[in-house]
Order: sequence, then structure tokens, then C-alpha cells
Amino acid sequence: MQYMLLIYSNEAGMQAASKTDAEQMMAAYGAYGEAMKKAGVIRGGERLRPSASATTVRVADGKSKVLNGPYAETKEQLGGYFTIDVPDLDTALTWAARCPGASHGVVEVRPLWPM
Amino acid sequence: MARDGEQARAAAEAVARQSYGKLVAFLAARTGDVAGAEDALSDAFAAALVDWPQNGIPQSPQAWLLTAARRKIIDAARRRRSGEAAAGHLRLMVEEMEAASVNAGSIPDNRLALMFACAHPALDPGIRAPLILQTILGFDAAAIASAFLISPATMAQRLVRAKNKIRQAGIPLRVPERDELSDRLDAVLEAIYAIFAEGWSDPDGTDSRRRNLAEEGIWLGRLVVSLLPDEPEVLGLLALMLYADARRVARRNAQGDYVPLAEQDTGQWDASMIEEAEALLRSASAGGESGRYQLEAAVQSAHAVRRLTGRSDWAAIEQLYEILARATGSPVVTINRAVAAAEVHGPAAGLALLDTVAGDALLAEYQPYWAARAGLLARTGDVAAADEAYERAIGLESDPAVRRFLQQRRGELKQTPA
Repeated sequence: MQYMLLIYSNEAGMQAASKTDAEQMMAAYGAYGEAMKKAGVIRGGERLRPSASATTVRVADGKSKVLNGPYAETKEQLGGYFTIDVPDLDTALTWAARCPGASHGVVEVRPLWPM
Repeated sequence: MARDGEQARAAAEAVARQSYGKLVAFLAARTGDVAGAEDALSDAFAAALVDWPQNGIPQSPQAWLLTAARRKIIDAARRRRSGEAAAGHLRLMVEEMEAASVNAGSIPDNRLALMFACAHPALDPGIRAPLILQTILGFDAAAIASAFLISPATMAQRLVRAKNKIRQAGIPLRVPERDELSDRLDAVLEAIYAIFAEGWSDPDGTDSRRRNLAEEGIWLGRLVVSLLPDEPEVLGLLALMLYADARRVARRNAQGDYVPLAEQDTGQWDASMIEEAEALLRSASAGGESGRYQLEAAVQSAHAVRRLTGRSDWAAIEQLYEILARATGSPVVTINRAVAAAEVHGPAAGLALLDTVAGDALLAEYQPYWAARAGLLARTGDVAAADEAYERAIGLESDPAVRRFLQQRRGELKQTPA
């Protein structure tokens, strides 16, 4: 089954991190991605720019309405995702727990809807 | 023909009773779809009631039902899925099921795996016990709803939602590996204990559905013991349930009045259940460090000695509750510990312990806290404070028999000079 691991974290905290901490985090993500590649489970994944760069669009009455900012103003914002292909939820949860993001924010695990 | 129909129905019911959960677990373990397995099985039972009166009851009714249910699952899967991958997946599933139904005498028992799926941390804790009742024991939503005192429509909806989550989120039907077994086992044991406790909480035994739940809880406890015989906490839970159930009838006197544990007639306790519990507890404690259920069972054991010695082993009970309080941090455990401490060191020691949890907001509405407080205050001779505490306890109690008991105790306050 395919799952998406959605990584939510406190952006203010991330931006305030020291250079060393940030480098350490990047290295941890690098190792994590490598481990998923070696295990043959990774299908994709991207890091997102902070939510200040987000723009939200909604079409109502045929007119598109463009708003500055993310869909929801919450302290923890979606910062990136991975998609993985594993046998079941338990395996997905194990990979989610290994994600560096799970230690400073939360990782939501959602099954992909098979098309 | 009518007779054949009756026999067929009786045979189908017998199979359902003995092996419903086993058949659901076998099918669901292969498809990951609990609701689909239940639907297919219920279709298979319906088909049996048509087929068996005509063609006779098959030699292995289980295998017949499994074959019929398997066909329904494959039909349903064909309707839902298409494409090469699906065909391959289906073929594997069919082959495996064929192989299994050939030696139907040895249908693999996946019930433990199914229980782990039903008590998975990804599911809402409140739905885990109902799910186990439905999938392992075949209870319908209405019966479960009445036992758990919520509306049948709500229960049915929550069960459907949970089963959808099992399928869609890919919750596996498997027994967890050694390193995560104890964490996950806790949730299974908790659900079984919740089933037992629902039945236990009907002390009059007037509601047969709820009384049955206590028996079903014990049955599930025995099942898990048979599947995981070396897990100390599994043995501890079964022992705990047996100790409690042994005292079922002693909780009320002939007039239907509440009898507190300390005043129960030990002759009314079921000796063979207590002996079984003692043996289980002994094998559990051979397994090293004691968990919550073993400790609680040990408390029961220390109460059970009263049938031999005439007095509960309060010193042991106090110690056990002290360990439990440290392990759980539960203020409820502290209340029990306070009662035991009062027996060993006098009421002042008990009250001092109660004072340590007096600030807990939940306890302000917890009857046993006020009843314990009232009893201890009465023993110190503080009639006014005891009277006030009894009033709080009475106001919070919902069981009329217990309420009468507390009122009687409160009345006695005024008769005895301080």
C-alpha cells in the first residue's frame, strides 16, 4: 500500500534554529531518505518553502479569489512530505517514527487512494 | 423438510457459536477487510440454511461455510477491482484459501491477529472492545449498543467507521513482533477487561446481556491465554477476572442489598474459580516483573485468603496498591491504598493518603472517594465531617442498592456516640 507521510512542524522554531542545528537536521533528513531508498520503499518526497510563501486560491461564482498565506493559519505547518510503498500501516508508522520531523513536530500518515 | 430445516439451522448455529470469530479472522487476515469478511460469512450462513436442508449437513460445516464465503469475497473483489495487478492478487488469495479449505480440520487460528487489529492504536480506544465483541464473538451492533448503553444507530455507525479504517488505512491483521508486543498487548487486554467490566457493572444480574459480557470477557481471556500462554499479563488478567467473578453472587444479600467486599460471606465465593485464579497467578509470577493485571490479581488473592484465615491480608494489599500507585499514578489506586493503609495503620493514616489526592478535580465527583473518606472519618469519630462526606457519596451514586447501603451507614453515624 502507498502512504503519504505529511510532516508538520513549527516554522518559527525551525527558522530560529542555529546554523549547526539546521545542518544537523538536513543531514538527518539525508540519512533518512537514503535509508528509505535502500529499503526500496520511497516513491517520492519534497520539502516545501515556509508557509509565508503560500498563496491560496478558491473559485466561487466563476471568479477565482486569491489570498495571501496558507489555507489554515496554525502554529504547525506542512513542511514537506514523503510517499512510500509498504505492506501495511504498522510498517508505515515505523517509517513515520524514523522521520526526523516526528521528533520536532508531527507526521500524519495517510493512505493514498488507489486509482 | 421442516425437520431438516430445523436441523440445518441448529447445525449452522452451532458452527456460528464455535467458530464465527475463527472464520472471520481467517478471511479478514487474507483480505485486510473485516467488514467484507463478515458480510461474506453472513451470506454463507444464509446459503447454508437453503442448501443444508436439501443436500444434508456437510461433513465439515466449517469448510463448507469457508468455501461459500470465499466465493462471495472473490465475487465482491472482482466487482470492485480490475486490471492485471488485481487479477494476480485475486489468484493468490484464491489459491491460499483453496489450500486452507482442503484441510479444514486445521483452519489456521488468526483470532489473535484480528484482536490486535481491533485494538490497534490507530483506532479510537472506545471502539476497540465493541469491535472485538462483534468480530470475534459475532455480537450484532444492537446487542453491543445495549451493553455499552449507547444508541444502536450510533454504535453501528462507529463500528462501520472503525472497520473502514482497518481496511483503508491498511491496519494489518498480525501478531506484533516481540519488541512491540507488550505495548500492543496492553490495548488488547484493556479491551477484554472493558468487556468484562461492562458485565460486572450489573451486580443485580438483571440485565442478561450485560451479565453475559462478564462471561464473554472471561472466554476471551481464556482464548488469549491459549494463544499466548507465556505472557504473564495475559495470565494475570484472566486471574483477575476469575477472582472477581468468583464473588459475583456474594455482592448482594438475599434482600438484594449491597454487601461490601469485607463483609461478604466467603462461603458464597466460587472456590474452584478462586483456585484456578491462584494457579494462573502463580504461573504468571514465574515470568518475572509484575504488570498491572498481575498486581491487581494479587490484590484479589490477598482478599481471597479471608476464606481460609478469616481476614484479608491488608499489609500485602497496601504494599501492592503502593506499587500500583507508583506505576499508574492513578488517584483511584490511591483511594484503595488509603483504605488498606487504614486497616494496617489506623484511619488517620488512610485519611492522610486521601488528602494527597484531594486536589484532583475528577475525584470531586467520584463516589468511592467520598465513601472511603466518610468511612475513615467515622472511624476517627469526626461525625460531622463523615456525615458530610456520606452525603456527597450518596448524591453521586447511581446504583440504588449501593445508595441504600451508604444511607444506612450514614444513619448509623448518629446512633453511635462519638
